[in-house]
Amino acid sequence: MPENKRIKDKMQEWQDKILKKVLDKNPERKDKFTTGSWLEMDRLSIPESFSEEDYIEKLGFPGDYPFTRGVQPTMYRGRFWTMRQYAGFGTAEESNKRYKYLLSQGQTGLSVAFDLPTQIGYDSDDSHSIGEVGKVGVAIDSLADMEVLFEGIPLDQVSTSMTINAPASVLLAFYIAVAEKQGIPKNKLRGTIQNDILKEYFARGTYIFPPQPSLRLITNIFAYCAAEVPNWNTISISGYHIREAGSTAVQEVAFTLADGIEYVKAAIAAGLSVDQFAGQLSFFFNAHNDLLEEIAKFRAARRIWAKIMKDQFAAKNPKSMMLRFHTQTGGSTLTAQQPDNNIVRVTIQTLAAVLGGTQSLHTNSRDEALGLPTEDAVQIALRTQQIVAHESGVVNSIDPLAGSYVIESLTDKIEEEVWNYLHKIEQLGGMVRAIENGYIQKEIQDAAYKYQQEVESGERVVVGVNRFTVKDEPPREILKVDPALRKVQSEKIARIKKQRDQAVVQDLLKKLGQAAKDEKTNLMPHILEAARAYATLGEICNVLREQFGEYQESIVL
Amino acid sequence: MKRKIRILIAKPGLDGHDRGAKYIARALKDAGYEVIYTGIRQSPEAIAQSAIQEDVDFVGLSLLSGAHNELFPEVVQRLRRQGADNIIVFGGGVIPEEDIPQLEKQGVEAIFTPGTPIKDVIQFITTNEIRLTH
Amino acid sequence: MLANEVLEGKIRSIARAISWIENDHEGKEELIDALYPHCGKAIVWGVTGPPGSGKSSLVDHLIYRLREAGKKVAVIAVDPSSPFSGGAILGDRVRMQRHATDEGVFIRSMASRGHLGGVAGGTADAIKVLDAAGFDVILIETIGVGQTEIEVIELADLVLLVLVPGMGDEIQALKAGVMEIGDIFVINKSDRDEADKLKAEVEYVLGFKAMDEHSAKNPVLMTSAKLNVGIDELLDAVETYLQTILHNGRLEEKRRQRVALEIKHILAGKIENELQQFIQNDERMDEWIQNVFNHKRSPYALINENFKKFLEEYKKP
Repeated sequence: MPENKRIKDKMQEWQDKILKKVLDKNPERKDKFTTGSWLEMDRLSIPESFSEEDYIEKLGFPGDYPFTRGVQPTMYRGRFWTMRQYAGFGTAEESNKRYKYLLSQGQTGLSVAFDLPTQIGYDSDDSHSIGEVGKVGVAIDSLADMEVLFEGIPLDQVSTSMTINAPASVLLAFYIAVAEKQGIPKNKLRGTIQNDILKEYFARGTYIFPPQPSLRLITNIFAYCAAEVPNWNTISISGYHIREAGSTAVQEVAFTLADGIEYVKAAIAAGLSVDQFAGQLSFFFNAHNDLLEEIAKFRAARRIWAKIMKDQFAAKNPKSMMLRFHTQTGGSTLTAQQPDNNIVRVTIQTLAAVLGGTQSLHTNSRDEALGLPTEDAVQIALRTQQIVAHESGVVNSIDPLAGSYVIESLTDKIEEEVWNYLHKIEQLGGMVRAIENGYIQKEIQDAAYKYQQEVESGERVVVGVNRFTVKDEPPREILKVDPALRKVQSEKIARIKKQRDQAVVQDLLKKLGQAAKDEKTNLMPHILEAARAYATLGEICNVLREQFGEYQESIVL
Repeated sequence: MKRKIRILIAKPGLDGHDRGAKYIARALKDAGYEVIYTGIRQSPEAIAQSAIQEDVDFVGLSLLSGAHNELFPEVVQRLRRQGADNIIVFGGGVIPEEDIPQLEKQGVEAIFTPGTPIKDVIQFITTNEIRLTH
Repeated sequence: MLANEVLEGKIRSIARAISWIENDHEGKEELIDALYPHCGKAIVWGVTGPPGSGKSSLVDHLIYRLREAGKKVAVIAVDPSSPFSGGAILGDRVRMQRHATDEGVFIRSMASRGHLGGVAGGTADAIKVLDAAGFDVILIETIGVGQTEIEVIELADLVLLVLVPGMGDEIQALKAGVMEIGDIFVINKSDRDEADKLKAEVEYVLGFKAMDEHSAKNPVLMTSAKLNVGIDELLDAVETYLQTILHNGRLEEKRRQRVALEIKHILAGKIENELQQFIQNDERMDEWIQNVFNHKRSPYALINENFKKFLEEYKKP
């Protein structure tokens, strides 16, 4: 191994002769510098002993194991990342309008946001839905709403990502049924369902059923799509929300990959072979503020997942080892104060995601901390991506920061820390067990608390909030959702229930309940049939609630 | 045994983003208060009943999903209907400035929007301590 | 009057009464005096065990079953106060919140407020309030990790000790106390691997317990709160146990002991209060400290002398 002793000696000389003089007169701003996630940042990175073997083993080439430099051989020289803005609110009609607007403005993929009742399997007329209908996303109660949502949008020409977890099977069924009505066969459909229940239990909260039956539903979807919808990403294993809950960058990767391991194990236990489904797994990460740490984070994640799939699960197909991911810029980093500053934050975060090699990207709008994005704000967010893609030049060389001493050393450091967590979680008996024990929640909460304490004390500067503040800010235009929406949706539901063949629906729901009892039965075909017959989301989920029970939150404070 | 201030922190509705609520709960504990945390997905009825059983002095509601105009006032109303007017209700989360006057009119005494330092929340509590009736 | 409202079962009043106790309100003693004649009907269960044993989830299931059987249930969930700030996070009720709107269930979180022993200083009196208010079963949930957090034994008619497999050596720590602490042993999270092993360990330790004709056999049960398994059997075991100690006089003996302890405790408290007031004078205390520190006086001699003085002064009308 080549030594870099001469460099180290020279550095010592530099420290003694040149650096010391400056430090004696002007000490550095802080005693210790860390990344946003408290990893130590050296004053200066110098080449570590780095041989050709190191390069080949640790970096390699894009599109080739261990994929550190990217999952495609041409990356953005071949095709830009998909610009996919998360959108949805109010009624299916309003959301449909927003989708058409975004597509006309150059967005290249759809991303559907559902309201909380939909995400938690309640119809709009359910008492749990009061105040929530159409607020954080579109209200979808039945196939009828889904048809309106995609009216005029040919599903064989767009790829659609749906942020839906506990009732993902139902929304996927609705989507397939809409495509059928458009005359499009399932195997032509491209898109993603988030379908990542584990993180719901500790970072997002939209769970319905307990872990075991939820994993069953997930593996049902894997199997169904492997056979029938092969171009569909059956899961988007998410770290975004974990980071938003306050975790560090290391925890974001570690807990996401640990969730991934759990899903792979479940699918194998359900009888699938790893190469059958692993190519359809995808991931979803956060793009946070600390540019260098974030870039390193994405690279480390790719390398670790490749190793896990190859070594732990003996995957043979390279597609099974590729960590393909969507990124969203970190919503919790955006401020209500001086919202225009958020445009700058999002730009830095966009760079992080692009330099980190993301496959698709959502950029937040400047009014993130105030409410849902206005058309103006979302346009700027989209333009941010377009400017980086077309004007910045960073897309013209693949993994351009590779070889940077600080980037490689951070990538290695993050990888090391992630492995530590993965081993710990394995010791605890796996992710489900670790969640039950409260270990994951505690790690995240401690990090969140520390972060917030630093903001409160001013140690961590948030421009416009704890420094460079402005006394009286002008009021901002924000998007408002019609509060009468619940009534509108309830009336729709009543109409649907009148128009459909009630006997057929009842029968299909009953059959679904029976099927749910048998662990070996794949529930997707049953759900699809019920969806076609205009059974509502709530009706389908209630049948499953009866069979599976509901998850009880366990708190760790 | 000294009289302690008791505060209920709750998340009404379906919103599951509890980072803020958990932070507030922990920070208030560090400030010397007894904090009862109810968890997510609480109906206004459950929140009011819990507040009364726990005989709290304050109720803090956290909500990021936009359902505050419907759910916050309902908590206040339920408390009042059961004679618990002494309980001071405050809220936080993603709440537009323009909604605040109406919420205040309906009995939510303070709203702490994103970026509010915890010391403002504690200040609000200490200022209102003199109103405590027992 | 607060006492009357408590007897009528008014929730707000019950809650307020417990606050009076927690805060040592000046009307507290009169309140308890008014309620006491109406106490004695409720059965008090202690539920204790190390953190992470799933006590709250278990209690949640117990509440559900007891309600189905038509009983009114009260729960006091005790959590420690921070020794630094004096504050506390009381998070036990999260796992029982599905009962929050049930009129027949009353859940109250209590912080230890510096009181050692695993319960709060006011728990004994809070039990009286709930008893007088008409609750049939009162569950006291506390953390119990060893020989120091066992005060719940004194307060409860029977104690459920909840243990969980795979948590390492806490069974070691409990072995010495396990025989004395629990009446009924619950191996929770029974779906886990070492559950059977733990059950065998507990039964082994219990085998050494000295039994006489008054002893009721201590059942060891397996439950899984998560899977809702074993709860009915647990309730049956509790019922059987209660019947046994009711009929063999053990329950009465326990309650009598409790009363004795309580009287001594209140008495000690009163005496200490008086003494504290006697020494309230800073000067005197400072002088004592100074003298003992300088080895001018030895502690016992100093205090004995002043104690005599206190008794003399105290006798004065």
